[in-house]
Amino acid sequence: MEQWIVQMEGIEKRFAGVHALKQGRFDLKSGEVHALVGENGAGKSTMMKILTGVYHMDEGRIVYKGQEVRIADTRMAQRLGIAMIHQELNLAKDLTVAQNIFIGREPRKAWPWFVDDKEMNNQTQALLRQMRLDIDPATPIAQLTVAKQQMVEIMKAISYESQVLIMDEPTASLSDSEIDELFRMIEQLKSKGVAIVYISHRMGELKRITDRITVMRDGAYIDTVPTADVGMDQIIAMMVGREVYQPSRPERKQAEQAAPVLQVNGLTRKGKLHDISFSLCKGEILGVAGLVGAGRTELARAIFGADRIDAGEIWVNGRKLQATSPHQAVKGGIGYLSEDRKHFGCLLEMDVKTNLALASMSRFARALFMNDKRIAEAAEQTVEALKVKTPGIGQQVKFLSGGNQQKVIIGKWLTRDCEILIFDEPTRGIDVGAKSEIYRLLERLAAEGKSIIMISSELPEVLRLSHRILVMCEGRITGELMNDEHASQERIMNYATKRIV
Amino acid sequence: MRDTAIAPASSKFVFKSGLQQLLAFGSLILLVAFFSIASSNFFHFSNLVGILLSTAVIGVLALGSTFVIVSGGIDLSVGTVMTLSSVMTGVFITMWGLPLGVGIAGGLLTGCVCGFISGMAIARLGVPPFIATLAMMMIAKGLALVISGTRPIYFTNTPDFMRISQGSLLGVLIPGFNIPNAVLIFFLAAIVGSIILSRTIIGRYNFAIGSNEEATRLSGVNVRNWKVAIYTMTGLFTGIAGILMASRLNSAQPSLGMGYELEAIAAVVIGGTSLSGGKGTIVGTVIGALIMSVLTNGLRILSVPQEWQTVVVGLVILLAVYGDILRRRKA
Repeated sequence: MEQWIVQMEGIEKRFAGVHALKQGRFDLKSGEVHALVGENGAGKSTMMKILTGVYHMDEGRIVYKGQEVRIADTRMAQRLGIAMIHQELNLAKDLTVAQNIFIGREPRKAWPWFVDDKEMNNQTQALLRQMRLDIDPATPIAQLTVAKQQMVEIMKAISYESQVLIMDEPTASLSDSEIDELFRMIEQLKSKGVAIVYISHRMGELKRITDRITVMRDGAYIDTVPTADVGMDQIIAMMVGREVYQPSRPERKQAEQAAPVLQVNGLTRKGKLHDISFSLCKGEILGVAGLVGAGRTELARAIFGADRIDAGEIWVNGRKLQATSPHQAVKGGIGYLSEDRKHFGCLLEMDVKTNLALASMSRFARALFMNDKRIAEAAEQTVEALKVKTPGIGQQVKFLSGGNQQKVIIGKWLTRDCEILIFDEPTRGIDVGAKSEIYRLLERLAAEGKSIIMISSELPEVLRLSHRILVMCEGRITGELMNDEHASQERIMNYATKRIV
Repeated sequence: MRDTAIAPASSKFVFKSGLQQLLAFGSLILLVAFFSIASSNFFHFSNLVGILLSTAVIGVLALGSTFVIVSGGIDLSVGTVMTLSSVMTGVFITMWGLPLGVGIAGGLLTGCVCGFISGMAIARLGVPPFIATLAMMMIAKGLALVISGTRPIYFTNTPDFMRISQGSLLGVLIPGFNIPNAVLIFFLAAIVGSIILSRTIIGRYNFAIGSNEEATRLSGVNVRNWKVAIYTMTGLFTGIAGILMASRLNSAQPSLGMGYELEAIAAVVIGGTSLSGGKGTIVGTVIGALIMSVLTNGLRILSVPQEWQTVVVGLVILLAVYGDILRRRKA
């Protein structure tokens, strides 16, 4: 049944000096999976926020099911049947699955004050069974994996009889098998006539699951094409509007065989890490691959002193590091970029120059006083060197795009002049154009003698950049390979799923 | 890459604080104007000086509180620690006969030690600031009563002590300009506090920790130690307030103090500092403290019963914070 469910045209939106949407256009048919792609800052989030009632458009027209509507707020969008699954999930972690799904409309017992938990759980169970999900409705959300939490969010949207589902980077934290499950659910929703807007940077997935692709760039509508008719390179070209660094296996320069810069022995953390040992050489990029939950982030945090360890030693340049806190690790020359930029990486409310100086404050202080001039100078230099897109070093970081926020965090560690850098998912949520820049930056840093541990769930990325690859599974290192002609995604996957009983 | 010339720093951050201060200052001016029109007794040198004098003690407490609040914490003990500091000063000077300077140093040290202990409990033991400083509030109150033997300590034997608050250095330098020293000390403390907050490393870390403590910790900052330092600094200002108060009353009154912390927090909040941390200014706190004093004084001059005065102040706090929330929403 091909019917226009959403038609947006002429959408204009401005924020304090930024022209976020210029004559934005988007239309959606029932039962289709429609990809919305574009670099960060292209305007796709803004378009969807207007559709879901989070923002008001300055000008434009939205037609929903043939009728023109003014979406005043999120409640109204919900009533119309439009729901969004955000990248950062919107669930109450301490409540159960059923409580989250029925929040605000809990079934009541005979006395209106009392919630009918049994009925709520039953209804939730029915919904879950419908979608063939194996989750106990009484489980607290915090106990579920990210993948399952996402399923619950989707369930919630469906339970509101949503006919338009907007998914923002739904597969960012999912393993391959979880992605398969998600796609199965999407197919099911399609057959029910639900229209899905699929926002993602993962080209391979778009080919698999979407019917049409709309490309936006710099706040403007570029084109809409049927997925089957177009190649990924064309899409990327439309997104980026310029010649893109062709992704291919680049020449691997052998890292200098020098004494290890970092040596980890027998690192153990109860329940998370078992007897991890490896070394890192100067100028090397060590990729760390593995499925979600393999313990890679835990490893990074353990080395960085952010979490306690139960056993193990860490040596930096032949000296033992007592990494009981990040403060010690940083003093020892290690920097860490966590996978959650917003919460652990930058101070969103503060400006670019403060964020850049944060790890090096004592360097910029004379006695107790801060030398603001030097901070500004250093900030300007870093912004220039890393090509951070910002109106100025006084701009609050929360206004920068994801890719530029990441650059600021990288800049922070460069300002500190760390020898060893641990990157945890360095290009998560970052558009194609900025990704290449970050890759080039990583290669440059390694060439300049920095030693890098790069944790990534994107195997092409791991194969592209690493000199050597470690693979983890369930808290152990299950494989180590040189990134030569024998290295492949299949081999890595093999190690990543190799459980040791 | 697109050639985006890096525009001169449009410092949204600074602009917003500027706007905040302007609004608070504007409100203060409006209040002064209102009361001046409503009563001919308001806008007199002596009355205005009286307002400034009555602001001094709470003002210094509020200055100290600004630091912990900007760091995302809170200090409920400032009122009773102030009293304990004044009692200790009394003990040193009156009972032990130590020189004036040593006694004052002792009072300041008392404030610092209490702040240090609170800070350690919060940073090392992980006790939430509300609870840790609540405990300190009770302990300090008790100690003040125990040490003083539940009786006031008088400074009648050391007339110089009185001059700290009540004397007038300005009056000596500029004849006729008899502004009490307490006011001078308050403004000096404000200037020092402002410099600390805006230009020193502890001030920067203050904002960073208040803005996002975990991100700051993961940037290699020794957040634990800096938090202790921040609470100790607040303790120092609390000690100063204790000396000022003892000097004003020419005695250390061990049963006073409880309740002052809430007025101090009110002043901070009215001045535009967010209780969730990461934003705030010393100037705002000064204006907040003045607004409260002007209100109390003006209402008294208009013969509004005392009971109603606190109602009005409470409403003003609500309005001030609500106005701040509205403004943030628009941003």
